[in-house]
Amino acid sequence: MTDVLVVAELLNGEARKNSLSAVTLAKKIAEGTSGAFDILSIGAGAKGAAATLAKFGARKVLSAEMAEGYYAEKYAPTIAEIVKNGGYNVVTACASSYGKDLMPRLAARLQAGNVSDITAVKADGSGITYIRPMFAGNAMAEVKVNTPIHVVTVRQTEFAAAAEAGGSSPIEDVANIVAPSSDRVQFVKLEVAKSERPDLAEAAIVVSGGRGVKSSENFKNVIEPLADALGAAVGTTRAAVDAGYVSGELQVGQTGKIVAPNLYIACGISGAIQHLAGMKGSKVIVAINKDQEAPIAQIADFFLVADLLKAVPELTEKIKAAKAS
Amino acid sequence: MKILVPLKRVCDPDNANKVKVSGDGKAVTSEGLEWKPNPFDEYAVEAALRLNENAAKNEKLGEIVVCSIGVADVAQTIRQALAMGADRGILVTADDGALESTVVARALKALVEKEKPDLVLMGKQTVDGDSNAVGQMLAEMLGWPMATFVASISTSDGGKSLNVKREVDMGVVTLKVTTPAVVTVDLRIVSPEAVKNGATPDSHKYNEGPRYASLKGIMQAKKKKIDQLELPALGSDATPATTYPRFELPPARSGSCTFVESVDALVDKLKNQAKAF
Ligand SMILES: Cc1cc2nc3c(=O)[nH]c(=O)nc-3n(C[C@H](O)[C@H](O)[C@H](O)COP(=O)(O)OP(=O)(O)OC[C@H]3O[C@@H](n4cnc5c(N)ncnc54)[C@H](O)[C@@H]3O)c2cc1C
Ligand SMILES: Nc1ncnc2c1ncn2[C@@H]1O[C@H](COP(=O)(O)O)[C@@H](O)[C@H]1O
Repeated sequence: MTDVLVVAELLNGEARKNSLSAVTLAKKIAEGTSGAFDILSIGAGAKGAAATLAKFGARKVLSAEMAEGYYAEKYAPTIAEIVKNGGYNVVTACASSYGKDLMPRLAARLQAGNVSDITAVKADGSGITYIRPMFAGNAMAEVKVNTPIHVVTVRQTEFAAAAEAGGSSPIEDVANIVAPSSDRVQFVKLEVAKSERPDLAEAAIVVSGGRGVKSSENFKNVIEPLADALGAAVGTTRAAVDAGYVSGELQVGQTGKIVAPNLYIACGISGAIQHLAGMKGSKVIVAINKDQEAPIAQIADFFLVADLLKAVPELTEKIKAAKAS
Repeated sequence: MKILVPLKRVCDPDNANKVKVSGDGKAVTSEGLEWKPNPFDEYAVEAALRLNENAAKNEKLGEIVVCSIGVADVAQTIRQALAMGADRGILVTADDGALESTVVARALKALVEKEKPDLVLMGKQTVDGDSNAVGQMLAEMLGWPMATFVASISTSDGGKSLNVKREVDMGVVTLKVTTPAVVTVDLRIVSPEAVKNGATPDSHKYNEGPRYASLKGIMQAKKKKIDQLELPALGSDATPATTYPRFELPPARSGSCTFVESVDALVDKLKNQAKAF
């Protein structure tokens, strides 16, 4: 019997959808081992988010209200107390920047083994085995945790968001604990990059531009219109971010966001392994590149050898025309 | 300030697609691959050098100690960081198989207690293990504040406070952290204006990326000290919290690449095969 606690991620008083991927893992483990799972809503506006999180079949939802402004030192002590008092065996969150920051710190506090960014799990009476990618996704490892508590983050693209389960879990308030090290951090601000487009990590289609796009103007005038014609999210490479064409939160790759849309269109992207690590799970991959030898050909399904500055605007117009007819 | 930079040796990330799994599935073999400093750790060395110098006057301001837990050969990797300008090295020898996150974090904690740095500046993640965990664990074990995924640092209060910008999913978080602290760096910490230390003029622009070792730097590095000790001598608990019993290669992508002749042909594929619209 393994009891699991899901740490939900809150933004503006709402649970982010990625929390539901961690719920899917929790359900799997609870079902495989005849245990139960609970969800912790922690942050500013926890109570409101808890009401939403109560729809997913958890035994209960815990609510811990926090002042605005996340940092790990502020959250970890409270979560650790909840884990110890609740007798949980597994604590999980999504491997978003929030989960990656918070969970290893929590693991150390609980003297627990940490498993980052898992893509699969096997859980039954005989134990739990986690699967995670290493070497930019070039090897898959089985991981066993040797401590009584496991701390695990899940890769959002590999665990579908949990569906509503009907009914409503009871909600319980829990108190905060303040640790001394939290005095030495001051949250100043979060600058949210606003976008009308779908969330990169959740979009069905991603249009990405790399260094081959050559300028931020071209990004606006060539890449973004194609994304908008398809209702797609925009992604990019490290090289394009470093060159200042677009901002960092759009970076796809080993060290950026992991995406696995139905369709990924890579424009002016060579296909470095660090980039492939973030998108090779996409169903259909299209490359538009003037160099037919570009390594992206190794994983692309369709490849148009062309100057993107000419081909992409033409593509956009023809998609618009095809949609209109 | 005194800065400790933990650094790991990894096999050349640009050859990561050549990693193989041993016949029995028990290990990843890196035979024939070149070794490099973990890129993020090299960025941490660069950031440490920028924090501890007046670049306009070519003056050094503090001490930078580079430490690693790994096999004896890692001394060469440490030497590369010394050639960039770090002052001293510490190598804690252990087998590659022993380098589990918790074991590494505990060993680093023991080194921090010995060295008493003002700042531990390190990579956000190793590109072999991809765990992105050791910095966060170390900070908790020390009871220190941390800032992860940091893309810029500026100091205030004479170096006692760090104003950092962290790259997160939604955008950028600004934190003010009081030292001693743990900071893990992201890619853009090596952009031209990412580090401001109050000594180098704020208008100074560095070259993009970590600096190359000069010939003089390489000569000087040969004389710099690297203390070597075995992991058990640190006295930290070396029991791994996780074990990795089996490895596999990822499934290959099915299908091959079809070159399309024209934009019209691509529109057709997007509509009829990818069902994009
Ligand atoms: C530690 C580390 C982590 C990294 N993490 C990431 C990561 O998370 N994500 C990431 O993306 N990268 C990452 N990188 C960088 C990665 O190694 C590559 O440098 C980067 O992905 C290259 O980006 P690019 O394909 O846009 O640029 P390039 O490699 O320069 O490729 C540009 C491509 O555009 C094509 N092109 C040029 N002009 C045109 C035109 N007019 N029309 C059509 N095609 C054109 C060229 O043929 C070329 O193939 C990382 C690197 C390191 C060291
Ligand atoms: N064996 C090691 N020796 C020294 N530092 C390490 C070692 N392993 C990891 N680190 C540090 O911890 C950071 C995060 O690593 P990881 O959590 O393994 O992805 C790295 O960027 C290094 O700075």
